[in-house]
Amino acid sequence: MLLIHCPYCDEARPEVEFVYGGEAHIARPVDPSTYSDEQWEEFLYIRNNPRGRHHERWRHTHGCGRFFNAVRDTVTDVFEATYKAGETRK
Amino acid sequence: MKRFSGFNLIGEAFRSHQGWPEHWPDKAPKASYDAIIVGAGGHGLGAAYYLAKKYGITNVAVIEKGWLGGGNTGRNTTIIRSNYLYDESAHLYDHAVKLWDGLSQELNYNIMYSKRGVLMLAHNVHDVQSFKRHIHANRLNGVDNEWLTPEECKAYCPPLDISPRTRHPVLGGALQRRGGTARHDSVAWGYARAASALGVDIIQNCAVTGIRRGADGAIEGVETERGFIASRRVGVSAAGSTSLVMKMAGLDFPLESYPLQALVSEPVKPIFPCVVMSNTVHAYMSQSDKGELVIGAGTDQYTSYSQRGAFHIVEHTLAAICEIFPIFTRMRMLRTWGGIVDVTPDRSPILGKTPVKGLYVNCGWGTGGFKATPGAGDLLAYTIAHDEPHKINAPYNLDRFRNGRLIDEAAAAAVAH
Repeated sequence: MLLIHCPYCDEARPEVEFVYGGEAHIARPVDPSTYSDEQWEEFLYIRNNPRGRHHERWRHTHGCGRFFNAVRDTVTDVFEATYKAGETRK
Repeated sequence: MKRFSGFNLIGEAFRSHQGWPEHWPDKAPKASYDAIIVGAGGHGLGAAYYLAKKYGITNVAVIEKGWLGGGNTGRNTTIIRSNYLYDESAHLYDHAVKLWDGLSQELNYNIMYSKRGVLMLAHNVHDVQSFKRHIHANRLNGVDNEWLTPEECKAYCPPLDISPRTRHPVLGGALQRRGGTARHDSVAWGYARAASALGVDIIQNCAVTGIRRGADGAIEGVETERGFIASRRVGVSAAGSTSLVMKMAGLDFPLESYPLQALVSEPVKPIFPCVVMSNTVHAYMSQSDKGELVIGAGTDQYTSYSQRGAFHIVEHTLAAICEIFPIFTRMRMLRTWGGIVDVTPDRSPILGKTPVKGLYVNCGWGTGGFKATPGAGDLLAYTIAHDEPHKINAPYNLDRFRNGRLIDEAAAAAVAH
C-alpha cells in the first residue's frame, strides 16, 4: 500500500484514504464547440502512460476531500512530490 | 520437432527419455525477416504460429525482452469464456473459444483446456437483470450461456453458500458451460514449439529499443539490443508495455497500464469443480490441476509498471471469497503476484492496423486477454498477412476513439473480465 503525503493536510496517510484521479495537467477545452474529433480524442482518451516519472491526480476522499497533484515513479511507485492543485507542474 | 505420441513415448522409455530434442532452439536474429512480432507471450507466439501455419509467412521472428511467456501469459488466472454482451465482443471471444477446442491436438501439445464451466454470480437485482440481458444477447449470437437459480448454482458448485443471510446473497448465476481454464504456460510453450517447427525464430532476452521508419514513414525494421533487424511488417503484441513500444514509432495510444494481482492457495484435494466469478464483489476463483485455488483480484487504482500491487486489494478479494465460500476461511495462501495490464477507455482491445504503414498492433486486452489467446494470435496474423483486418477484428480499430464507435464492455461488465 502506498503512503501518500496530502499537501493540504500536510500528513502522510495510507492509500486507502485516497482515490486515484488519472493523469494530471490535462486541460479542459476552453471552447468545446470548436473542438475537432482529433482534439476530443486527444483530450478524452490519449494518455502518456510513461514508464518512470508520472504526473497524476489524487483525491484525499476520506480526509480533506480535495484534489491534488503528484509526481510518482511508475517503476518503483515512489512519490517524488505532491503539490496543491493549481500549482505549476513539477 | 519430435512429435509427442504413445509410440514415441514408449520408444523413449527404452532410452531413459534422452532422445527428446529441445522444444525450440535458441536463435540469433537474422538480418531481415518477412514479419517481426514484438512480444513472446501467448498472443505473439500465436500470431507467429498462425502466420506460418495458415497464412504462409514462415520467415518470421518473435522478439522478446524477457523470457518466453514470462509476462501476463505466466501471471493470469487462465479463465476462458466468451459470454460478452456486444455482438463485436461475442464474435471476437467466441472465435477464440472455438480455436481453444482442438488446440492441444493441433499443436501436438497438451494445453489442458478444461471445459469446466464459468459461473458468474448475481448478488442483487441489477446483476440479475444485467446477466439475463447478457444471456439473451449471447443466445442471439450463438454463444451458450444459461440462467441458474440459486439452488442450481449450489448443485453446480457445492462449496457455494446460498443462504439468504450471507453478506452477498446469491440470487442466481449465469453459466457458460463451454467456459473453463487452460494451462497458461503450456499455451505459450505449445505455440512456441509448433511455430519453431514451422521455421519461426524465437529470440529471447532481446529488448526492442527503437522502431525505424523510412522517408515515406513506413516501417523498415526494429532496433534491438542485438542490433538492427529489418522487416516491412512489424506486429506489436506487448501488453502492458505497448505504450512504450508505440512511442518509439511516434504514436500516442489510448492506453493506461495498471497492476493486476492474482494469488494461489496451498494445494488441496479436488474440491472446486468450476470457475466462479463474482463481479459485484470483485473476486473470481478456480482450482488448478495441481490443487491450488487460483484467485484473481481487481486492478490497483493507479498506473504502474512495477508488476506488484497493494495488499489491501488482496485482502478485499479474500474477504469476498470467504463470505461466498465459508469452507475456505482456514485456507492458507501460498503466493501472490502482479502483472501489468494495458487498459483501453472502453475496455475492449485494439487489434489491427496503425497509422504507420507496416505496423500492426494487438493490445488493450486489459484484465482479460488470456481467454482470447488463439483468436488474437490468429487475427493479428491475418491482419499482418493481408494488410487488412479480418471482419471479426475490423471494429477493434484505433479510429473508434476518434469517431466514437466504442465497444463499451466497460459499461457492460464494469470489472475484471
